[in-house]
Order: sequence, then C-alpha cells, then structure tokens
Amino acid sequence: MSGNSTYQPQSRFMQWFERRLPIGGLIYSSFVVYPTPRNLNYWWTFGGILTFMLVLQIVTGVVLAMHYTPHVDMAFNSVESIMRDVNFGWLLRYVHANGASMFFLAAYIHMFRGMYYGSYKEPREVLWILGVILLLVMIITGFMGYVLVWGQMSFWAATVITNLFSAIPVVGESIVTWLWGGYAVGNPTLNRFYSLHYLLPFVIAGVVVLHIWALHMVGQNNPTGIEPKSEKDTVAFTPYATIKDAFVLVVFCILFGWLVFYVPNYLVHADNYIPANPAVTPPEIVPEWYYLPFYAILRAIPNKLMGVMALGASIVILAFLPWLDTSPVRSARYRPLFRQFFWVFVIVCIGLGYLGSNPPEGYYVIFARLFTIYYFAYFLVILPVLGLVEKTKPLPNSISESILGVAGPTRAKA
Amino acid sequence: MSSAEPTRRDFLYIATGAAAAVGTAAALVPLIAQMNPDASTVAAGAPVEIDLAPIAAGQIVKVFWRSQPIFISHRTQKEIDEARAVDVNSLRDPQSDEARVKPGHDQWLVVIGICTHLGCIPLAHQGDYDGWFCPCHGSQYDSSGRIRQGPAPLNLYIPPYLFLSDSKIRIGETETAHT
Repeated sequence: MSGNSTYQPQSRFMQWFERRLPIGGLIYSSFVVYPTPRNLNYWWTFGGILTFMLVLQIVTGVVLAMHYTPHVDMAFNSVESIMRDVNFGWLLRYVHANGASMFFLAAYIHMFRGMYYGSYKEPREVLWILGVILLLVMIITGFMGYVLVWGQMSFWAATVITNLFSAIPVVGESIVTWLWGGYAVGNPTLNRFYSLHYLLPFVIAGVVVLHIWALHMVGQNNPTGIEPKSEKDTVAFTPYATIKDAFVLVVFCILFGWLVFYVPNYLVHADNYIPANPAVTPPEIVPEWYYLPFYAILRAIPNKLMGVMALGASIVILAFLPWLDTSPVRSARYRPLFRQFFWVFVIVCIGLGYLGSNPPEGYYVIFARLFTIYYFAYFLVILPVLGLVEKTKPLPNSISESILGVAGPTRAKA
Repeated sequence: MSSAEPTRRDFLYIATGAAAAVGTAAALVPLIAQMNPDASTVAAGAPVEIDLAPIAAGQIVKVFWRSQPIFISHRTQKEIDEARAVDVNSLRDPQSDEARVKPGHDQWLVVIGICTHLGCIPLAHQGDYDGWFCPCHGSQYDSSGRIRQGPAPLNLYIPPYLFLSDSKIRIGETETAHT
C-alpha cells in the first residue's frame, strides 16, 4: 500500500535538501499520492479532525501555561485572572476547555466508526490498540487538566479518582499517598498534575505518529470492509481526502465555535467556579460528560473493588476487540444481525452517560446495572457468538463494483 | 555455537546486562521516591492537641490533622445505646462500639472524616443511623462511625490518639508514647 514515491523536487535547493533529508518525499508519499479507498464516507474524516484538535489543545495549552500558577493558594485566582485580565485570555481558556470536549466527541465518533465497519480486524489490530492507548492517555490528560482549575469539582474529582487506587488490596493506601505526595490531595498533587498535564499531550502526539504509521502500513479500511484490489478502487489522498477532511473540519468548527462563543460554560459544572475547599464536599460530584459512561459503570456495582475493576475493564476490553469479534466479515453493511446489536450498544453507551449524570438511586441504579451488563456482554458474549452463527450478506467483488454496480469494471478510471 | 561451552564473551554480555539492569533500577528509586510526602509534609503531620471541654453533648466538631478532617463526636447516651444494641456480626465491617472508643470515655468517638468509599467528607447528623451520610455515593455510617448502608467497604478509620486528661486528647500518638 506504500505510495510509490515519485516525488521530484523542482528547485535546486529542494533537490539538494532531499538528498540529505528526504522529508519532502515522505510527505508527498504519505499525504499527497497516498492511495485512499474511493468509497470513504464522511465518518472517515474524524482522524483529521482529531489531529487538528490535538494541535489546537497543545497551542492553547502552552499559551495558558504562561499565565497559570500551579499553587493551591493561587491556581484558582490565576485562572480567573486569565479570564479577566490576560489579553484574549477568556478566548484561549474557553477554546482549551471546550476543545477537550470536542476532542473527546471526535474520538468517540472515530471509535464507533471503527467498530461499525470492523476497522479493528486483521491486519489492523495494532492500529486499533494504539487507538485504545490514545484514548487512555487522553482520559488521564483530560482529568489532570480539569484538576488544575482548582475549583470544588477539580479538588473532589482529584480526591475521588485518586481514591480509586485505594481499592487495590494491601498496597492501595500506599499508592494513594504516593500519588498525592501528602496525606490528602494538596499542593504536591497539584504540582505533579501540572507537570504531567504538560507532558502527556506530547506522549499523545508520539503515539499518534505510530498510529498513522501503522495506518499507512496496512491501509485504510472502507465502508465495504474489503481491501482495494486495483488502482480503480483508490483515489489520491490529495485532493480527494484532503478537501473532504477540510470541509468536515469547517462544519465541526461551527459547532465548536457555537460552544465557545455562545454557551462556553454549558458543559461545565457550576461548582467548579467555587474555589477548592478541602473541608466541604459538594452535594454531588459529577465528572465531565465524556467520562460519564465509565462513571456510571463504576457506580452500578455495589462493591468498591469490583466497581473499580469494572471501570478499568470497560476501557481495557476495547484492546481485545480484534480477537473477541470472530466474524470474518468486517463491515456491518453485510452483517444484518451485528448491525442491530451495534446500534443497541451505541444507545447503551449514551444511556450510561445519561445515568452517570444522575444520582445513584432508584431506577437509575437498575438501568445502570442492565446497561453495564449489556456493555460487557457485547464484547464477551454477543461478538464472539455472532461471528459463528450470523448469516452474512454476499460481499461485492471489489470496491468499484460496490459503487458502480456489478458491471462496474467498464467505467473509466477515476 | 549454539550448545557450546559458555565463552568469556557470554559472561561479559550477561555481566553488562546485569549491571545495566541494576543501575536502571537504582536510578528509578529517587525518581519514584520523590513523589512520596516530603519532609515538610511529614513534619507538619505532627500530633495535635484538642481541648474537648467546649464540645457539648450531641455535638460533632471537625478538626484537621495531616490535612485530613477528624470528626470528634460527643455522643449522647441514646447514641451510645444505639451503637451497642446492634448485632456486631450483622455488620459489613464487624467491629463492636467498645473497640472503637477508649475505655472510660464511651461518649467520645474520634474518627477520620473521610468516606472509605472514594474519599468524600460525610455529612454529620444525617442518614438513618444517627451518624453520617456521604453525599457522593450514598454511604451511611452509624453513631459509631460504622458502615451500615451504601458502597463503602469499611468503617470510618480511627486515628491514633490518646486522652491526656478527661477533656483533652492528642491526635497522632498512641497510648505507648510519652506525654
């Protein structure tokens, strides 16, 4: 699948440079002539959006770090000073805070896309696992960033999440003290979270490079789930994919802009505008929306250790998806039964998010338990069994045949 | 080469690898240890003395030791009787009330005010057991600070403390320490 590098620099300088560092050829073969399946739909544009969001978060984050003070007595006020005093500080902070939400939104759509079209299947297992690692590092990074604001929700989210480790038998309490650097969440905790919140985005960037490298090794999946067989099945990355990605990015930024400029605090809990107070726990502790499904799973289980293990398992299990799905057919297009279970799974994930934002009592707990059971059953029972019993629809012979009809091969080249 | 006698080169490979592994492990020690509480935090965690005289019967006060909230409950006779009427074996974390207070000071309950579920601070005089209610995930503790309902696995912890007199305690030291 490696694009044949036909890069011929025009200028004498670039020819000189290319003989010493062939970066022009790398870009040309990876992002210009790189062959992409011609039938990619709009769900395939979220990788580009995610790259944009990562760059945006790093740029706004580095700038915010120039004005932020990681000290328990000053952190909250320095954030308020960014909002009121720093030139365009309000814009930079709102972009960064809402950017985290948009980042997770794009990541979740990207993942559901992969799950619908079977993009995790052979030979894309490593590509998928790198994606799961990216999600995990994103979750840790986002959590630490939320703590830096040092409002009431920041402080108590830090307390609750670090206490998850106290569920570990024997060494749990020591691990929590080690994480805190004290006997409770305090200044040492804030300092190290600041350090790591600055570091981890660059770790994400590094893993993204591996993710794209793995992608270009095996090639993109596509809505039919069958591999491109001839040149007729692919088009060049530029201009076809580039312009499509750019278009969706603009649409995505309209939603982003609406959040930032019209409802910048819509996704924020009001209690986080109260400075952190270690003596008073807020009446309810709710994480950011993108953690709510995992939070609902944690609370659905009445035993502390089991709840924490289920929370961890709900993320780790994704890494085993390539081997849990036993069906040889990739795309849900040709798997009528799988398609129904998939959409129930999507509804369950959104439902868990809704339940995670509500108090753990009455019917909320019952539904959270039912949904948690389905979440795990989807991976551990439904997918392994479905692959063995499902009668799939016939696959087309090639990508171009699926687009152009059975008599397709007579059409002119794209 | 495969199953031949080990050579001096094999020895050098293993010795070099072992030295590198031990060296890396040794280098990790300070990198990991620096995250534990530092000397000033430990020093600030020295014992504190609390005067109990101003605490009226039925009142619960919150003091801080090692940045952790400590609840000091001056229990009424009713609260003590309730805590002792329970069948200990029916509890999730079986512990008698007598084991949670100092002998001769039955009215004083001293516990760390941190929910054993995920670390929130429970609210006093709330819930169904004349004790505490945690607003985060609904755990309820009785007038002896024992878990009675909700997701928390354990009773509220008892900090180390001792009575200096009938109306004065020192939190952070056990009986054996000098006064």
